[in-house]
Amino acid sequence: MARTTKKSATRTQRPTARAKKAPRLRSGRRVLVLVATRKGAWLYHGDATRRTWRADGPHFLGHIINHLVLDPRDGRTLLAAAKTGHLGPTVFRSTDLGRTWKEATKPPAFAKAPDGGKGRAVDHTFWLTPCHANEPNAWYAGTSPQGLFRSDDGGVTWEPFSYINDDPQYRSWMGSVQDGTPDGPKLHSIIVDPRDPAHLYMAMSGGGVHESVDRGRTFAPIVNGMEVVEGFDAANIAVHDPHCVRLCPSNPDRLYQQNHCGIYRLDRPSNEWTRIGKNMPKRVGDIGFPMVVHPRNADTVWVFPMDGQTVWPRTSPEGRPSAYVTRNGGKSWQRLDSGLPKSQAWWTVKRQAMTADAQDPVGLYFGTTSGELWMSRDEGSRWACIARNLPEIYAVEAAEV
Amino acid sequence: MKVLVPSPLLSYTKEREVVATGATLAELLADLDRQYPGLRFRVIDEQDQMRAHMRFFVNGEQVFDMTRLLRPTDAVQIVQALSGG
Repeated sequence: MARTTKKSATRTQRPTARAKKAPRLRSGRRVLVLVATRKGAWLYHGDATRRTWRADGPHFLGHIINHLVLDPRDGRTLLAAAKTGHLGPTVFRSTDLGRTWKEATKPPAFAKAPDGGKGRAVDHTFWLTPCHANEPNAWYAGTSPQGLFRSDDGGVTWEPFSYINDDPQYRSWMGSVQDGTPDGPKLHSIIVDPRDPAHLYMAMSGGGVHESVDRGRTFAPIVNGMEVVEGFDAANIAVHDPHCVRLCPSNPDRLYQQNHCGIYRLDRPSNEWTRIGKNMPKRVGDIGFPMVVHPRNADTVWVFPMDGQTVWPRTSPEGRPSAYVTRNGGKSWQRLDSGLPKSQAWWTVKRQAMTADAQDPVGLYFGTTSGELWMSRDEGSRWACIARNLPEIYAVEAAEV
Repeated sequence: MKVLVPSPLLSYTKEREVVATGATLAELLADLDRQYPGLRFRVIDEQDQMRAHMRFFVNGEQVFDMTRLLRPTDAVQIVQALSGG
């Protein structure tokens, strides 16, 4: 088993923008920002006021880390979804906040095809979701090509989960490698209802949003109201491209979605998504990847628009990056760009690379395709750069320790 | 037989040259995985196919067939392809 025990370098960085005196965290806990990049992972330990950050990394230098997640149920177990440009995919696990790591003994892998059949191979694990609080040590993983996996031993061994990986109907909705995002079609946004571990959501790019109410025994699409690229039939599940779906912890009957074709809200038990992105400024549009929900207010969400016109540059619109917030469920949106570059900034933010902590006021964090890590201590009113010159950032998670 | 492994696999083997046994390349990989758990899946996928950027040589000759027969005197090389990124 591969193991790394190398102590990573640490250094303290202060955000480059000066900010007003920040209140200490009410809970007495500290925020840990987990940064997964194309060339390794970093952990940023915040002080009690979220003003200075101690960098711990790189971990797995040279590995492509698609997701790095702390288990909120024990506050110390980290899982990292990893591969390199040459080596196959795996999952690394730490039970001491990244001081030491051990490799999963059985990483996510599809079932072996019968003799003569053509089976699928996991290219990379893309998404990691800790399971319900009542199911300690259980995790879900989403892969590229699209597959759903579960571990019941804290990420040491993984098994295909549910029937969808080999179901002809789901396989047709998943499409081929050519139907997915440039680095492969992805199963993502695996969501466990905090009220009921048998109630699951997941999304596929492409392949739609899906729900299970029986712990994965059956799944069904929920795509009504979601638009698709012009010229395609919205009744075809395969052409739906949800980029990121989030459930509101303060109201688990409400979901928000950033899609290839706009921003949406869904209020259960309805099955009809409402395109709330139509209320975004026309010059900016409502295309993007991340979607961030407020920990305590289901009317407040943040997005980070990108340029999805013509050839899909996947940069900030007009080279002027900004988050947008709605505080009324999507009826209106406000631009949040204070502290961000005003021009000629051609980066953007990937679907897993923006997140919030649970403090008051909420801290927001995002990582850019150009390797910058930004945060706001005041819900997006003012942004400051925590780190520059990192590799391309794939995922950012905020945990509290 | 002697097996030369590439640097990305040193986290498993700790040394460039290791000794493993097997009557075929598949058996050799199984033995390597027994000695160094996890190594095989990094170079061979779940459909028993060589991963896209890994190459296998026996006595200097590139091999594509996992059922290729091996003799104890053969020298096996696992090589990371010269594809960057």
